[in-house]
Amino acid sequence: MADFVQHLINGLAAGTIYALVALGYTMVYGVLQLINFAHGDVMMVGTFMGYAVAKSLKLDLHPSLWGVLLVFGVSMGGCAVIGFLIERFAYRPLREKPRLTALITAIGISFLLSYGFQLDFGFLPGASPHAFPEIIEPAEWLPLFGGEVVIRNTQVISFLIALLLMVGLQYLVFRTRFGTAMRAVSFDHRVAGLMGIPTDRIIAGTFMLGSALAAGAGILYAIKDTAVQPLMGLYVGLKAFVAAVIGGIGHVPGAVAGALLLGLVEEFVVGYTASTWRDAVAFGFLIIVLLVRPQGLFGRMTPEKV
Amino acid sequence: MRLRALLTLHACVAVLACEKKVESPAPAPAPAAPQAPTAAAPSAKDVILLGEIGSLTGAQATFGVSTKQGVEMAVSEANASGGIKGRKVAVQVYDDQGKPEEAANAATRLIAQDHVAVILGEVASTNSLAMAPKAQSAHVPMISPSSTNPKVTEVGDYIFRVCFIDPFQGFVMAKFAHENLKVSKAAVLKDQKSDYSQGLTDVFTRKFTEMGGTIVGVEAYAQGDTDFRAQLTAIKKAKPDAIYIPGYYTDVGIIARQASELGLKATLLGGDGWESDKLFELGGKAVEGSYYTNHYSPEDPAPQVQQFIASYKKMFGAVPDSLAALGYDAARVAMDGMKRASEPTGASLRDALAQTKDFPGAAGTISLDGARNAVKPAVVLQVQGGKTKFVTTISP
Repeated sequence: MADFVQHLINGLAAGTIYALVALGYTMVYGVLQLINFAHGDVMMVGTFMGYAVAKSLKLDLHPSLWGVLLVFGVSMGGCAVIGFLIERFAYRPLREKPRLTALITAIGISFLLSYGFQLDFGFLPGASPHAFPEIIEPAEWLPLFGGEVVIRNTQVISFLIALLLMVGLQYLVFRTRFGTAMRAVSFDHRVAGLMGIPTDRIIAGTFMLGSALAAGAGILYAIKDTAVQPLMGLYVGLKAFVAAVIGGIGHVPGAVAGALLLGLVEEFVVGYTASTWRDAVAFGFLIIVLLVRPQGLFGRMTPEKV
Repeated sequence: MRLRALLTLHACVAVLACEKKVESPAPAPAPAAPQAPTAAAPSAKDVILLGEIGSLTGAQATFGVSTKQGVEMAVSEANASGGIKGRKVAVQVYDDQGKPEEAANAATRLIAQDHVAVILGEVASTNSLAMAPKAQSAHVPMISPSSTNPKVTEVGDYIFRVCFIDPFQGFVMAKFAHENLKVSKAAVLKDQKSDYSQGLTDVFTRKFTEMGGTIVGVEAYAQGDTDFRAQLTAIKKAKPDAIYIPGYYTDVGIIARQASELGLKATLLGGDGWESDKLFELGGKAVEGSYYTNHYSPEDPAPQVQQFIASYKKMFGAVPDSLAALGYDAARVAMDGMKRASEPTGASLRDALAQTKDFPGAAGTISLDGARNAVKPAVVLQVQGGKTKFVTTISP
C-alpha cells in the first residue's frame, strides 16, 4: 500500500511539470493554431537564467524567499522578452504563409536554442549538465505510513502553482479584455483585425505569457530533478506536447488533466509492469486517444470548412 | 522567395549544428602542422593524420573532451621526440554530439575526405558500434579508447580497443560486491537505450547469481530521463542491500539524489561510466560511499602513471580522468604500431597493432588478445568527500 501511495505522489509530481509546460503549448496553439516546438527550449533558456541568478546570489548557501522570487522574476521576465523576439522575428514574417512554414521555423528555433546553448563561451553554459542549486531547502512534509512514503515540500508547492496557474489562465482567457481579444484572434485573426483588435500585439502578448510560463515551469522542474542542460527542453517539451494533445490541444484545463494523467500512467507502468514499457505505453495511450477522440479528452470538435 | 531564403538559412543552421568541426592541429613546437589544402604536395607526405571522433558536445561531453586532451598530449609528445620515422603526426577531430548517426557520418568523412591512417574513438559503445563497420569495410584500423561492450571488436579484424570489456567489468563488480561488501541481495537499474549498460547488466546479473547472491529486481530507464522515482520506488519495495547502476554519470548523479530522497539505504555500485567530476556536482552527498569499477586511478603509484599525470597537469592544469588516460593510451598504441609497421596504414598497420604486447600504458599494461581486446586489471574506487579513493585492484 505504501508503495502504491508513493507511486501516486511521484506520478502527480511528474505530471505537474508536464502540466506547466503543456499550458504554454496549449495557449499558443489556441491563438495561432501553431505548435510552438521551441517552447521546451525557451523553458531551457529560462532555467539557465534562473540558474545564473541563483548561483550569483549563492542561494544554495543562503536561501531566502526574496532570492527565490528574484530567480522566478528574472527568468520569467527574461523569457517573456525572448518569446517576444522569437515571435517578432521568426513567426510574424510568416503569418500569411502556410501553417507548415511556421511549424518548420519553430523546429529551427528549437535547434538553434538547444544546440546554440551547447557552445562554450561567454554566458553560454556548455554541453555538460549542471546541478541546479537547492534554492528551496528540501524538506519532507506529511510523513505517511510511518515515514515510508515521502512527500516533498517542493512537490506540493509545484502542484499548487500548477493548479493556480490553470485557474488564472482560465480567468484570463474567459473573463478579461485581453482574453476576449485572444479568442477573437483565435477565431479569425483577419476579421479580428478589421474589428479594431490589435492582432499583432495580442499574439505577441500570448507568446510572452507562454514563454514566461515556460520559464516558471523550467525552474520548478530543475528544483525537482536537479540537472539542467541544453537538451532538457526537447524531452520535457515532447512529453508536455503529448499531454496537451491528450487533453485536447487549445483547452487549458484539458492540458493540465492530460499532463497529470500522462504522469500517472508512466509512473504506474514502471511501478507495476516492466519499466521498459513506459514510453511505449505513454505514446500508445496517445494513439488510442487520437483514434477514439481525435479532439482530445476535453477538446471540442470544430468541423473543418472546405 | 523570402520563404526559400529562410529555408536555406535553416538548412545551413542544421548542417552547422550537425557537423561542428573541431580542428586540432596538434600543439607541436616544430613546424606548424600543415592543414591547409592549398599547401599541396609536401604536406600530405610529411604528416601522418590520425582521425578522432568524440562527443565534444551533448550530454556526455566530458567523455569526448577528456579523450581529446589525452590524444592531443600523446601526439604532441610524439612530435616533440621526432615524430614517427621522421614524419610529424596531426589529429583531425570531429564532434558526434554523442549520437551514433553522427559518429558514423564522421567516420565516413575521416575515411573518404581526410584519408586518415587510423581512427581513434569512440567512448560510448553504441557510437563505436556505429563507426566500426565503416572502418572495417574501408580497411582503416580503428582503436576505441574506452568502449567496453564486447560487440565492438567483433565487427572485424581492423577494430581494436585499449580497455577491458564489459564481461570483465561486470565480473569485477559482482566479485567485489559479493566478497568485499558481503552483499546478498542486489537490484539493477539499467539504461535500456545503451549497449554498454545492457552488457554490464547481463554479466553482473549472471556472475552475481553464480556466486550465490540474489538479484531482487531489474528496472530500466531511458537516457535523458530525469525522473527515476518510479523505478526507485519499485526497487525500494524489494529491499536490496546494493543497487548496481551501470549507467553514465549524468543519470547516476540524479538517480543517487532521488534514491536518498526516497529513503533508500542500499549501497550504490557502478561501472566506468561514472567517471566524471560532474558525478559529484550532480549527486552531491547522495553518491558518497558508492563504489565503481574503473580503468585507472590517479592514486596508482606506478611510475608511468605518475609521469603521465604530471605532464597532463602541466599541459591542461587538471588531474586526468580515466578517459584522458585511455585516449592517451589509444593514441600511443596507434603510433607504436605505426613505428613497427612497414607502412603506417591499412593491413600492415593492422598486423602491427595486433601484435601489441606488454605496452606500458597510463591506464595499465596493455596486451591485445586474439579478439583484439586489451587484457588488463581493473580498479575499484569509492566516492569519499567529493573525490574518488582507490580501494583495490582486481586482475583478470
